[in-house]
Amino acid sequence: MRIGLTVNGRPVTREVEGRQNLVDFLRYDLGFTGSHIGCEHGVCGACTVRVDGTPIRGCLMLAAQADGCRVETIEGVAESGAIAALQRAFRAENALQCGFCTPGMLLTAQALLERNPDPDPVAIREALGGNYCRCTGYHAIVQAVLGAARGRPAKAPDAAPSDGAYIGRSVIRPQTARLVAGRGVYTDDVAVPRLLHAAFVRSPHAHARIARIDTGEAAALPGVVAVVTGREMAAHCEPWVGVLKNYAGMKSAPQYPLALDKAVWQGEPVVAVVAESRALAEDGCARVRVTWEPLPPVVDAEAALAPGATVIHPELGDNLVLETRIKSGDVDAAFKAADAVYRETFDTGRHTVVSLEPRVVLADYDPADETLTVHHSGQAPYMFHDILSRHLRIPEHRVRVINKDVGGSFGLKIHTYPDEIATCALAVMLGRAVKFLADRVESFQTDIHSRDHRVTAEVAAMRDGTIVGMRLDDLAPVGPFSMYPRSSVVESGQVLRTTPGPYRFRDYDARGRVVFQNKTPMSQYRAVGHPVAALVMEAMVDRVARELGLDPVEVRRRNLLTADMYPYTAPTGLFFEKLSHEESLDAVLDLAGYSALCAERDRLRARGVHRGLGLCVFIDLTVPGAQTYGTGGARISSQDGTTIRLEPTGKLTVISSVTEQGQGTDTILAQVAAATVGVPVDDVRVVTGDTLVTPYGGGTWGSRGAGIGGEATIQTGKALKENILKVAAVVLEVDALDLDVRGGQIVDARTGESRLPLSELGRVAYFRPDQLPKDFQSELTVTRHYVPRHQPLAYTNGVQLSYVEVDVDTGFVKLLGHWVAEDCGRIINPMLVDEQVRGGVAHGIGDALFEHCVYDEHGQLLTTTMMDYLVPMAAELPDIGVAHVETPTAYSEGGFKGAGEGGVAGAPGAVLNAVNDALSPFKARVTRVPMTPEVILRALGKL
Amino acid sequence: MKPAPFEYHRPASLAETFDLLDRYGDDGRILAGGQSLVPALNLRLATPRAVIDINRVPELDAIRVTPEGLVIGALVRQEALERSPLVREHAPLVAAAVPHVGHSAIRARGTIGGSLALADPAAELPACMVALGATIRAASRAGRRDVAAADFFRGIYTTALAPGEIVAEVVVPRAAPGWRWGFEELARRHGDFALAGLAAGVLAARGGPSESRAEVLGEIRLVFCGVGPRPVRARRAEAALTGQRADAAVLAAAGRALDGDLDPPGDVHGSPALRRHLARVLLSRVVGRLAGARS
Repeated sequence: MRIGLTVNGRPVTREVEGRQNLVDFLRYDLGFTGSHIGCEHGVCGACTVRVDGTPIRGCLMLAAQADGCRVETIEGVAESGAIAALQRAFRAENALQCGFCTPGMLLTAQALLERNPDPDPVAIREALGGNYCRCTGYHAIVQAVLGAARGRPAKAPDAAPSDGAYIGRSVIRPQTARLVAGRGVYTDDVAVPRLLHAAFVRSPHAHARIARIDTGEAAALPGVVAVVTGREMAAHCEPWVGVLKNYAGMKSAPQYPLALDKAVWQGEPVVAVVAESRALAEDGCARVRVTWEPLPPVVDAEAALAPGATVIHPELGDNLVLETRIKSGDVDAAFKAADAVYRETFDTGRHTVVSLEPRVVLADYDPADETLTVHHSGQAPYMFHDILSRHLRIPEHRVRVINKDVGGSFGLKIHTYPDEIATCALAVMLGRAVKFLADRVESFQTDIHSRDHRVTAEVAAMRDGTIVGMRLDDLAPVGPFSMYPRSSVVESGQVLRTTPGPYRFRDYDARGRVVFQNKTPMSQYRAVGHPVAALVMEAMVDRVARELGLDPVEVRRRNLLTADMYPYTAPTGLFFEKLSHEESLDAVLDLAGYSALCAERDRLRARGVHRGLGLCVFIDLTVPGAQTYGTGGARISSQDGTTIRLEPTGKLTVISSVTEQGQGTDTILAQVAAATVGVPVDDVRVVTGDTLVTPYGGGTWGSRGAGIGGEATIQTGKALKENILKVAAVVLEVDALDLDVRGGQIVDARTGESRLPLSELGRVAYFRPDQLPKDFQSELTVTRHYVPRHQPLAYTNGVQLSYVEVDVDTGFVKLLGHWVAEDCGRIINPMLVDEQVRGGVAHGIGDALFEHCVYDEHGQLLTTTMMDYLVPMAAELPDIGVAHVETPTAYSEGGFKGAGEGGVAGAPGAVLNAVNDALSPFKARVTRVPMTPEVILRALGKL
Repeated sequence: MKPAPFEYHRPASLAETFDLLDRYGDDGRILAGGQSLVPALNLRLATPRAVIDINRVPELDAIRVTPEGLVIGALVRQEALERSPLVREHAPLVAAAVPHVGHSAIRARGTIGGSLALADPAAELPACMVALGATIRAASRAGRRDVAAADFFRGIYTTALAPGEIVAEVVVPRAAPGWRWGFEELARRHGDFALAGLAAGVLAARGGPSESRAEVLGEIRLVFCGVGPRPVRARRAEAALTGQRADAAVLAAAGRALDGDLDPPGDVHGSPALRRHLARVLLSRVVGRLAGARS
């Protein structure tokens, strides 16, 4: 039907299909790509637009219903200046990371302020409670709205300190200017001509043989361009096997982009349909007939290992992916000598990532040029580049992978997903551009899951609370395949190795078993294994304290590694250059006002109000170095490179192989480059995420952007500066050692007096080389690479404290406060570190209280929408306080370690301990997450 | 995920609406606020041949007070209920319940008629209507037909609406003097469907509560959502409270009686036992508050 409406003040008339919803119409028909699609069932709020002045969900209104209406999108309100104060405040508070939720958040906040110009934080959290943000933990968003409401001047920006010392400054991220205006370019926003759309027929069974596939009716549907089965696609694509050779005995089976003879999890792609639109492709999927022969599903991990269990990959013999044993010291003797032994089993629920921007890939194959160009919502463009080249048999130099803006990733987007490889294969097969976007249901069914562990821990302690030994048994079911190319065994390995992390005891015996089952594949997600490890260890430390009648802070002090013990090699083999447990513990107690909180808790407890405090000391693996990946056979670069080009006007273009998904990697690289070379940070532009352009390298995961990309940038900056000074020395006819670069000027190193602006130096170097000596060549574009070689990983540490109130009648938990002291080494941008920590804490709180991928006994995933998989929203989360301790690494010039994951690592353990503290008057104890009302009431014996 | 194809119709009158309902029968779905239907379309859980958008049908979006009571048109948005002084005055229970419905962007579109016609057992407004003894006025080509709210909700997503009928309006009877109303629910997150919710009204037998004791309950109305296939009137619990002072022992007895009223379902958010338990907690809290309220 034909509709006429006003969009951002301009009349629009278009023909629309009845089924088209408003946000699709705005995005795909009109190009207003600032409104995003996050769930398509009205939960996430990313598609919020204003219709006749009222914010509504763009996915829950048909375009036809907007006939005659006045529609405003982020583009309209940004351009009119209507939300300028909010935009400024969001940028100043770093209230956005990836920016995917930001347009919806801003429009909702705008409407709130119109109706309530002076809201308090509770009102803000409630008003924004229907807008999901996975990055920030909402704290900064609340602050930004408060600031905008009260006309509070935005935080004084640290952008241009006069001394040029940008390291340690809260520089506002330049790219957020685009993101608050709805001008981000995420993969689904990329427009290419003659684009086709892929959709997949997926297995409805957890385990079933494919007897027959009939594609005739689908292929005949007008608008359908191709219907491709697994067999047909296998001819164009090499399968992959997710094993690493440095794990002896590890096994997995070949995985194809589309299942061949049988499907092994519900949601596994089986048939691809390519059509002129996504809706048509889905219409085609509905017409594909697959005849299934269901097989017994392997669901439970214990059952998977039991004799007689159905073996998912019969050729592998059994369902065991890997068994690992770590043994150190004499555990039996330690247990025998101990005063007390405590044993407990913990269950950590299966979680998933739920980045607001789903996985999206747009693959464009040009048969004339034989080149494959792939726009990808990814974190590791070169890894993906390598995989596409090898598995689709396209020479490496004819592949290009581009990551423009990425709407959150958190470890989700570093794995090989069959539907993404299939999409790229379809582009090659059809010689066309093909796009696939995992909708929210597909995301829940096919994005990696993680953290499904059953851990039995046994701790031996002395009467004074000294822990003398530990036994650990981890059972980790990981789905039907080990993911490629990073495998699915790392998480269990981390649980084994990091559990004793912060503590001194050396007698340790741990076993880990990783098993196949018919559920969605599991693999590494932000803070791999650490949330499980820290939860287990810290719950046991609190158990020791409680059983022995000791203060939990004191028990920690008696067991923590102390400042005099470094460098330290742990019984699990981990190497700690220098950590700051004691300082961090003091810092978090101080930040929170711990003793006052204890007093308040005790006072209220006497009145029947049940509050609890929970500590969690954690270590965090960051900056994986030269010994990672390649040693196991994975073709993933642990090295990164930065190119810096001095432009003729004295500006810097920084091109790096690390990538940006909202963390602010671009900004810290700009700060490092500006500080190292000696230019104002506003004169730096950073380019990342394009394998045709950047130096070869890894990308961003494992908290490596600062530690590796930052260090590479220091080395590049130093080299460029040296080259700049060589040119200056020639031009000024003085010794280079007497010169320096400061504030974009060549200056006298001693007096600081300006000698030559960089713009003049650039003009001469690039346009008047005739004025330079004949034997002199200027080199004002420099590339350097860096890989950490002196330690395999840069461990960081921190302590978290959670304060909760448990309603012992309902089992509901209210989070009253959360505090973190973290030590990520030398800090480049404190504001960005704060927001990494807060966002991580929100993930960890989700683990602790809300998030759970629930399956039934047939292996059917029951939580396939955002109504069923509960992520914490603004109204559920507390303010999160952050303190910093800085222990730089001495192995690199910058001293940077990673900051991206510690927030997640410590949060679930802190909340679990706080809940158990609150429950302690009832002698009740919880040992599983998420701690739903059901779990808590059962622990209280009320159900 | 995109909806399966459907024909979109936007009738300009009730007569046109009835024509379309006749034409499509079960293959036609009425679109009002769309906050439940459109997600179902997007997920292809609903694949109707036609969607009949009644948003432009006139005269269904008024809130007015008539001799029969407060009359709320089917297309009145939840947001309008929330802001209406008439609703606050004449149906304070509805005013208390509406903020629990989703989030503001959902309430901006969702309608009362849609909520009642959908009959989601976890929804707040159906429970309120049963508690208030409201009448749901259905319209069809044959005219109007009144159905008591208590008879309207038949089961999960099932109502007494006959083929060719739509909800036209709902009539909330004038509040009898002395009644006090309260709504509370327990949802995992702000805006989620509740694990259990309670719409309750009490009428004191005589006078107000004394300083030291809860008042004697003359009449009581307890209707739960989220704990059964439809709004559940808890008659056994009501009986256990009627004529009693709502002290701890009486509330506990009412909670035990409530077990006989409820047969809650289980799902990923909570087991039947959890819902039963939470319903008891709500009973105790809401009735305790209403009965102890200083008027």
